[in-house]
Amino acid sequence: MSDAATFEALYRELEEAIRQLEAGDLSLEESLTLYSRATSLVEQCNALLDQAELRVRQVMARPDGSLEAEPFAASPTA
Amino acid sequence: MHMPSSNIYTVSQLTAYIKSLFVGDEVLADVWLSGEVSGFTQASSGHCYFTLKDAAAVIRAVIWRTQAARMALPRNGDAVVAHGYVSVYEQGGAYQLYVDYLEGAGAGQLWLEFERLRARLAAEGLFDEARKRPLPSRPVRVGIVTSPTAAALRDILRTLSRRYALVDVLLAPTAVQGAEAPAGIVAALGLLNRWSAEREPLDAIIVARGGGSLEELWAFNDERVARAIAASAVPVITGVGHETDFTIADFVADLRAPTPTAAATQVSPDERDLRRAMAGLLAQAQRALTGRLDAERARLANQAQRLRRISPALRLATDRQRVDDLARRAGLAMAGRLRHERERLRSQHLRLIALAPDRVLARGYAIVSRPDGTVIRAVAQVTAGDRLRVRVADGAFAVRATPDETEE
Repeated sequence: MSDAATFEALYRELEEAIRQLEAGDLSLEESLTLYSRATSLVEQCNALLDQAELRVRQVMARPDGSLEAEPFAASPTA
Repeated sequence: MHMPSSNIYTVSQLTAYIKSLFVGDEVLADVWLSGEVSGFTQASSGHCYFTLKDAAAVIRAVIWRTQAARMALPRNGDAVVAHGYVSVYEQGGAYQLYVDYLEGAGAGQLWLEFERLRARLAAEGLFDEARKRPLPSRPVRVGIVTSPTAAALRDILRTLSRRYALVDVLLAPTAVQGAEAPAGIVAALGLLNRWSAEREPLDAIIVARGGGSLEELWAFNDERVARAIAASAVPVITGVGHETDFTIADFVADLRAPTPTAAATQVSPDERDLRRAMAGLLAQAQRALTGRLDAERARLANQAQRLRRISPALRLATDRQRVDDLARRAGLAMAGRLRHERERLRSQHLRLIALAPDRVLARGYAIVSRPDGTVIRAVAQVTAGDRLRVRVADGAFAVRATPDETEE
């Protein structure tokens, strides 16, 4: 799973946690657990953003028609 | 006339001499020429040959393959303005214009083509708003179709890196101008769509090219490109040329951005906004939790109160209070009673005072008594000649009783 996919999953979980907390039909204990989960989700998301580095791959088709991708390095003159 | 022994040129020598005259000439090195195109052919090598003419003269012209790829090619009958240099083609024994720039070549024709295609695709519903798909606010994976060496790609990568470096980028490089560009763009779109379907799903594809002339952007007005964009299973955003450039590709894309950089901005969230949004979500969670805790606290307080109300201790306290209450009421009653009695006593006392003998005497009465102290209360007690004692307020004196005339 790419970092972006991980981030997206965490972010959605965070949104869902907030929605549930606001709906207010959880037990107090569940609410407290969910809140601490939300805090941890935000920390993880921020950490992912902190370490993010753009990954660029170049897609091509092999002669047999199958697909492959290899890291793309921008041309040195760029 | 005799033949000179020297100064006999070969054809090549003479031609080389003539050519040197052309090359050394300032006017011929940098020529703008207007004329009408005729006899246009493009050889399999890619080079183009034609003649430019006006009413009275003709000149041969050449466009080399590399130049031809960068411009819209003329058609016979086009009135053009060409730029280039004039030189000699030795093998053909001809002088000709080597064209590096052509203006107005088929301009009218191109515009007509553009409008015709636009109307046709619009009629097919390819530009309908209902076809436009939303782009994700936080893409996981983005494809890019553009030239791998152009500034457009650098701009896009720099923008993505700055705003949302988490995103996964897949590049399908292609030429974006020239005769091969349309097929290349179509193939690149196909490749990315295949990748999305077979390997990892893509959230959006950016189709981009930096600014250029109408001819340079022409690949994006190609019907094949338009149809490939329309057929793309992955939403497409175009960033072609500058703000003012509109291409058919722009019309058919799910979103048109004015430049490559703008396209990158449109498909990526700003990392700073995301951090702010998450802080906002956490604050929301805090508010929800605080509200929840307050509600629980209030419920608890409410329960505690109910508990107290039904507890024996409270009952006892209530009873005690009732006793107290009764006692207080009793006390009040008693005090009232006492006050009443006291009042009665006082008034009796006053009456008593009013009845004291001294007071009566002071009002002018007198007490008559015998010398032995017996108080005379009736006439029958007195006989004429009795000696009596009369007591008044300030003392006493003696009197003798005489017969009363009124009684006689």
